[in-house]
Amino acid sequence: MKRVALTVNGRRVEAEVEPRTSLADYLREREGLTGTNLGCEHGVCGACTLEIDGAPARSCITFAVACEGASVRTIEGFADDPVMEALRQAFTAEHALQCGYCTPGMLVTARDIVTRLPDADAARIRLELSGNLCRCTGYVGIVNAIQVVLKDRGTGGASR
Amino acid sequence: MKACAFEYERPRDVSDALKVLSSEGAKVAAGMQSLGPMLNLRVVQPRLLVDIRRLEELRTIREEGDTLALGACVTHAEIEDGRVPGATGAFLQKVASRIAYRAVRNRGTIGGSLAHADPAADWPSALALLGGIAIVAGPSGRREIPLERFVTGLFSTDLASDEIVVLLKLQKLGAKARFGWWKFCRKAGEFAQAIGGVLEDRERGVARAVIGATAGAPFVEAGNRRLFEKPDLDQCLAAADKAGLGADLYSRRLHAVALQRAIAEAQRR
Repeated sequence: MKRVALTVNGRRVEAEVEPRTSLADYLREREGLTGTNLGCEHGVCGACTLEIDGAPARSCITFAVACEGASVRTIEGFADDPVMEALRQAFTAEHALQCGYCTPGMLVTARDIVTRLPDADAARIRLELSGNLCRCTGYVGIVNAIQVVLKDRGTGGASR
Repeated sequence: MKACAFEYERPRDVSDALKVLSSEGAKVAAGMQSLGPMLNLRVVQPRLLVDIRRLEELRTIREEGDTLALGACVTHAEIEDGRVPGATGAFLQKVASRIAYRAVRNRGTIGGSLAHADPAADWPSALALLGGIAIVAGPSGRREIPLERFVTGLFSTDLASDEIVVLLKLQKLGAKARFGWWKFCRKAGEFAQAIGGVLEDRERGVARAVIGATAGAPFVEAGNRRLFEKPDLDQCLAAADKAGLGADLYSRRLHAVALQRAIAEAQRR
C-alpha cells in the first residue's frame, strides 16, 4: 500500500492505496464519486474522462498512486461551473444522450472543446470527440449541443 | 481489465530512478498511455513501476545553439500547443496534434512513445525522419543514441532495460524547411495503418523520407531529392518495396499513397 494525497473537487484527501488501483476505481469506491463511469478500462472509449490539473485525462489508465499532489475534478465537481451548466442544458435540449453512460466523459471533453477551441466548427468538434464513444445517439445531438454552446458564446460552432 | 499487483516508486531525480530501476522486474513508467492499457490487459506484469513523469530534468524545452533540447517527458499536448519553437516545433506540432485524442495527448510523452516503439505510433517514425540524438542515462553513465537507429524493430529499441531516455537533441530546421506528414487510420485517433513523412531543408542539405507503421523499425530514405519533385506514385511504390512491404499488395499500396500524400502536402507549404 502507498500513501497518496491529492485534491478531489477542491477537497484535500489522503488515502492508502494499492498501486494497481486506477484513479477511476479509487474515486468510485473510496470517495463515492460514481459519476465517473468505466467502459473499456483500456483508454479507448472515453467514458471515464475527467480533469487532472485542469486537463482532460483517462481515469481508467491513470493510477491513483500517480496522482500525488494532483488536482482532480470529476463530473460532480462541475456542478457550479457556468460552461458545464450551458452544456448540460444544450445536451438536454439537443437530445445528446440516451442511456447516459458516456455523458460524464462527453461533457468533460465538450467543455475542453468549448474552452480550448472557441472557434471550432462542426468538423473540428467531431475530430475532437473521436476519443469518446457513444453507442446511442450517433453523435448528431452531441455535436449539435456543443455547436449551440459555442454559438451562444459568439465564438464558433459553424456547421462547416 | 484490472492490472495485476505491482509496486510503485516515484524517484526524485534521474540517479535515484536508475538505482530503483536496477532491481529485478522494474519498469520505467512515464505518461502511461500505452503502458496503462497494457497493465490493465495484463499484457505486461512488472514487479515495480518507476514513475519518471515529473522529473524536472525530463521536462525541459530549451534551445542550445543549432539544436533543440526536448525532455523525454514533454507531453504531446505541450508540443501540440506550440511550446517547441521554430520550424522544428512546427513539424513536431503537426505530428503531435494528430496523436490519439486530447485526453491521451495531455498525459502521453514523446520519450515514452519513442521508448515503447510501437511501429504504428507517430514518434518513432517522426523522430527517425527528423534525426538527432537521444541522450540516455544508465548505470554506467550517459550515452547518445542516434534517433535514426533508436528503434530496431517491433517494440524493440537500442535502449537497455536499466536505461532511461532523458533528452532528445533535435536539429533546428530553417524557416524554409518543408515537411509533410500523412497517416491512414481506420478511425480518427486510432493507431496508424500506414505512415508517410517527408522533410526537406535545402539550407541544411536535408532531404529525407520515412515510411512508418510497418512490421518493424521505420524505413528512412535519405538524399533522394527526386522524391520531392512531384508526388509520383511509382517512386513511392519503389520506396515501399525498399521498406520491405512488397509482399502484401494492400499494405504496399497504402504506405506508398501515405508517402505520396505527405510529399503533396510538403509541396503546398
